[in-house]
Amino acid sequence: MSGKSYLDMELLRFSTAGSADDGKSTLIGRMLYDSKSIFEDQYEALEASSKKKGEANVNLALLTDGLRSEREQGITIDVAYRYFATPKRKFIIADTPGHIQYTRNMVTGASTSNLSIILIDARKGIIEQTYRHTFIASLLGIPHVVFCINKMDLVDYSEEVFEKIKKETEAFISKLGIKDINFIPISALKGDNVVNKSENMDWYQGGTLLYLLENIHIGSDHNHVDCRFPVQYVIRPQTDEFHDYRGYAGRVAGGVFRPGDRVVALPSGFGSTIKSIDTMDGPIEDAFAPMSVTLTLEDEIDISRGDMIVRENNQPNVTQDVDIMVCWLNEKPLQVRGKYAIKHTSNDVRCIVKEVKYKVDINTLHRLEDDKVIKMNDIGRISIRTTKVLFTDEYKRNRNTGSLIIIDEATNETVGAGMIL
Amino acid sequence: MNNYNLNHLKELESEAIYIVREVVAQFENPVLLFSGGKDSIVCAHIAKKAFYPAKVPFPLMHVDTGHNFPETIEFRDKFVKEMGANLIVASVQEVIDQGLTVEEKGFNASRNGIQTVALLKGIEDNKFDAAMGGARRDEEKARAKERFFSHRDEFGQWDPKNQRAELWNIFNGMKHFGENFRVFPISNWTEMDVWQYILAEGIELPSLYFSHQRDCFIRDGVVMFASDVMERKPEEKVKEMTVRFRTIGDMTCTGAVCSEADDLAKIIEEVAATRTTERGTRSDDKRSEAAMEDRKKQGYF
Ligand SMILES: Nc1nc2c(ncn2[C@@H]2O[C@H](COP(=O)(O)OP(=O)(O)OP(=O)(O)O)[C@@H](O)[C@H]2O)c(=O)[nH]1
Ligand SMILES: [Mg+2]
Repeated sequence: MSGKSYLDMELLRFSTAGSADDGKSTLIGRMLYDSKSIFEDQYEALEASSKKKGEANVNLALLTDGLRSEREQGITIDVAYRYFATPKRKFIIADTPGHIQYTRNMVTGASTSNLSIILIDARKGIIEQTYRHTFIASLLGIPHVVFCINKMDLVDYSEEVFEKIKKETEAFISKLGIKDINFIPISALKGDNVVNKSENMDWYQGGTLLYLLENIHIGSDHNHVDCRFPVQYVIRPQTDEFHDYRGYAGRVAGGVFRPGDRVVALPSGFGSTIKSIDTMDGPIEDAFAPMSVTLTLEDEIDISRGDMIVRENNQPNVTQDVDIMVCWLNEKPLQVRGKYAIKHTSNDVRCIVKEVKYKVDINTLHRLEDDKVIKMNDIGRISIRTTKVLFTDEYKRNRNTGSLIIIDEATNETVGAGMIL
Repeated sequence: MNNYNLNHLKELESEAIYIVREVVAQFENPVLLFSGGKDSIVCAHIAKKAFYPAKVPFPLMHVDTGHNFPETIEFRDKFVKEMGANLIVASVQEVIDQGLTVEEKGFNASRNGIQTVALLKGIEDNKFDAAMGGARRDEEKARAKERFFSHRDEFGQWDPKNQRAELWNIFNGMKHFGENFRVFPISNWTEMDVWQYILAEGIELPSLYFSHQRDCFIRDGVVMFASDVMERKPEEKVKEMTVRFRTIGDMTCTGAVCSEADDLAKIIEEVAATRTTERGTRSDDKRSEAAMEDRKKQGYF
């Protein structure tokens, strides 16, 4: 890859998912290796540590399993981020753990992805963790999901096995509303259909995994319709040159802002007009997600961190009562009537959990209305009331203004991921 | 003009600006760790962009091992002055003199490990509650596991098995008294991204990064600068070579590469073609398989 072609490339963020030992890390290692993205010193280090562990082949999973305890146990504990580029695209990979006790790390890796690769062991088919991860991917609104039926080498590269798993998976996901779904039979260990087309599966007509990653249409996964600008920080230079300057710094969370636009600041409701959109490189004509810019307004109104600048004729919900789907990430179960800290866009508030509406049975997707205790790794629908108003959109419509995190005020740990309904 | 897409460099820049602003908003007393290397220079550039037209609202801190390349120190002072920033120097020599740590001995002695002592002391003395740094996930396998907001206990230690969930772009900087955070705004950048960005933005760098003539010797296959802080074995003969540095750390642990690349365009061509990682020339990482993880657990950045 030459340096020049690198300048103007699209970025695709993807993550792995699936049950423990399905071969996620091996797959990422294989993809990096076969696309020649591994450096010589990295490969030598891999060879040495594989040999030290007495393994017959070079263990490609060790490329992402970078922590001492991961290498000792041969499992992934926390997300590893890897980067590679082909002449077509630049990729950010999050290799996540399959073990159920590390689900929060899987959610961490998946929350910023445009695409999820879900692995299924061809010998085992779909198991509970496959259901859970697929469900989480759909809740997180990941637009593209690729199911890789892995370890095909252990089932004689059988078309029948592949088709059976594909059918079962299709039946399950039809209820989930994921936009774009693909199936590929692979062997991460041997390299079939990862970067190079398999010679063992003539019956498979589709492309390899890398081909798909390079060509899948990602267009824009951002909302360019509803103008939302959460104010992150107020810039006041206090210098002679910029004596009266007051700029609202933030990252556009949706829509397109232009100088001259009529806007409203929430929660005050005061209106004004955008005077300029500033950056250190000079003023710009339009700002859209995910750009970090600074807005100035024609009128002096009181705006601070946590406020939101929106268009007059398209406003978010302004509410203290929020219904969310929550994915619980902590050993200590969710406490009904419990109080938590909330972070939503640039807002910090507190909340009380009013009620658990239902918990979801991961395997059947049925609502459990009797068992409402939300424990670690459970997913359920809850209602919260916040101490101050939030400016929200449905998560499905906007991942930035539709997401929030729940924090335990005693430990300061992030205990829940919330998607606003 | 209906194509609302950012190219990958703009997207990475926007992410980094967002994170730096988030740090200033969430913490009372943040600091930017500044080594004079390309990654911290890019971070400082991002910080300027984040607060323009105001000045950067936090100081820079340099952990000075006392074994820096003179070019680095010269560049640092000029850079800080132009930026109008406040520079704090956390000196490794000082913590040695105060008996807070002891220096390694022998041919491969390096002050890289005991940097952590000076770093932690600098953070404590100045009561910093967040220290931003230019570490990137693509540098090293333990770094690949880092969060953007990395929580540290009151001893500055990293607990890789128990990191907080980090969801979407919402960063949880809540902490108990005495704890602090390390924050890595350019986590998602690769070496190539950094070079491309430096070229695109016209950012100035220390001369060490560009090809030049220098007295060197070879140790364990790595080209080292024949400085007077490094003891040489009799068989390690000094000769003048045409080299440049891919990373800049301490003179005792940073290897050079033989290179004719004397401008950014040539460096980018070289980076695109190279087959080894940038830390492949860093002897501090080669000490053991988990060298970086162990140092990070102790409080290294
Ligand atoms: N035969 C065969 N073995 C495979 C294949 N892919 C992975 N494996 C083996 O399966 C085991 C687990 O692989 P990993 O890549 O560590 O699995 P993982 O999904 O990353 O596991 P966790 O991250 O701990 O959830 C290893 O012993 C691999 O060598 C494959 O395609 N064929
Ligand atoms: Mg793994």
